[in-house]
Amino acid sequence: MTDLLDLAAPLLRGILLGGLYVLIALGLSLVFGVMKLINVAHGDLVILGTYFAFFLMSGELLGHKYSVIANLGIDPILSLVIVIPLLFAIGYAIQKFLMSRALGISMEAPLLIAFGISLIIQNTAQKLWTPLSRGLTPTYALECFTVGVLRIPLIYLLDFIAALVVMLALREFLKRTYLGKAINAASQDKRAASLMGINNNRVYAFAFGIAMAIAAIAGVFLGLTFPFNPTSGVSFLIIAFGVIIVGGLGSMLGTFIGGMILGLAQTFGGYFLGATAQMLVLYVIVLVVLAVRPQGIFGR
Amino acid sequence: MEKHTRETAHDALLKVSNIDVFHGSFQALWDVSLEVKPGEMLALIGANTAGKSTLLDTISGLLHPAKGSIEFEGRNTSALDPFQIVELGISQVPEGRRLFPEMSVLDNLILGSYNRKARSKREQNLKQVYRHFPILEDRKNQLAKTLSGGQQQMLAIGRGLMADPKLMLLDEISLGLAPIVLDELYRALREIRERGITILFVEQNVRRTLQEADRAYILESGRVVLSGTPAELQEEEEVRKAYFGV
Repeated sequence: MTDLLDLAAPLLRGILLGGLYVLIALGLSLVFGVMKLINVAHGDLVILGTYFAFFLMSGELLGHKYSVIANLGIDPILSLVIVIPLLFAIGYAIQKFLMSRALGISMEAPLLIAFGISLIIQNTAQKLWTPLSRGLTPTYALECFTVGVLRIPLIYLLDFIAALVVMLALREFLKRTYLGKAINAASQDKRAASLMGINNNRVYAFAFGIAMAIAAIAGVFLGLTFPFNPTSGVSFLIIAFGVIIVGGLGSMLGTFIGGMILGLAQTFGGYFLGATAQMLVLYVIVLVVLAVRPQGIFGR
Repeated sequence: MEKHTRETAHDALLKVSNIDVFHGSFQALWDVSLEVKPGEMLALIGANTAGKSTLLDTISGLLHPAKGSIEFEGRNTSALDPFQIVELGISQVPEGRRLFPEMSVLDNLILGSYNRKARSKREQNLKQVYRHFPILEDRKNQLAKTLSGGQQQMLAIGRGLMADPKLMLLDEISLGLAPIVLDELYRALREIRERGITILFVEQNVRRTLQEADRAYILESGRVVLSGTPAELQEEEEVRKAYFGV
């Protein structure tokens, strides 16, 4: 009995942690689904959101501590009010001024631009916030809650709730609003969409902006869950790819299940093989899915 | 060709003047001129590569003429983007229908009303579409891809109507459809035209074209070779040879 109970802890933690991975993957999936663009800067843009929240909480920038901001000490979740619009604007601008031109040139051009953005963000973050590992640590980020005899970090539960809220909101937005339907239409048939009176460039810019707004949320919850540094984006980009590969592109349910599977792979990997092997299990699962069912579990 | 001169410029809804259009380095249209008068049902006839679709796409703004101009209600639209042209009142029902297969019938129709002017008339136009094609109302919650070919074409036309157009461009609506379905589609087109919407359609079936159209233009290798009423065209020996085989 004690064994089964032991398994309950990684099970619950894995599912909840999966929520964070879903959050990180959603924006990547949206940009690929609509623009057929592989945004290799996605992880770095997520981490940029984390650093914005870090600055608003700590006031640290370029080796200074701006006491005005530090004294305010804006709570990371509260800082989303600022970080979401900020990343939306960055995403909108990236699509409107960089990607929209590059998409017309070749398949590689947008990929190279995304790679460039990735390098710029990583190096800028090193300048602004040093290469040191940081964390978003308001008091609740360190608390645990108990389910029976299990103690689970409170932030894992918040990750999961945030993922559910964002997913449902995105789903309703895409289904119910004109802009959402237009994003959906442009992703299915760009030419037909323009014949419907849809301005594809504008719709793409909004889609990228929305993906980055979600990345902002992912970034803040990531910072509350894990320590981060300027190059953390790369490993989370790989996890986001993993979620999409396992779940299958273009399926929101797939993304959700994919996130859960990777979360569970990590916690069970850690449980059975030790902390050093937990990411290995996650990557192996991605490889197995690629080999056995390359379109993903829910892919068509 | 002398039929051109009979038409006066000022009463045209759409006036295409001497346009050249390229696909990359390939010239698809050569010095093409055409006029659409308000309220008429005008047909474009021609072989597969004659440039009919190219002409419709250029009117819709998907392609831009390298030379010449396109005027809609007296306004030069040659350089406008498709979404701007839809807003001015030209909607296209593209060849192959190009529905959004993974969306419901109703969502496809709603997307037709995406342009700002059409949004405020959405419910009104939706009722009209359902009047023309009652089956679409019965199937409104089904995915577009689950409809039959004829129903999909009805949906494509309905979606074009939702844009609240003054001029509707229809590209090969009869492709792959049974004559009985076509009768229904053309009955609807006549109703649509009676509501004051001007129609410019491309049709492979010459017999059908001459039945339905007020006037027709014949394109050959990217040039207008003839135009006139069905009666006038049937008199032309060239047409008879090329299109009727007699």
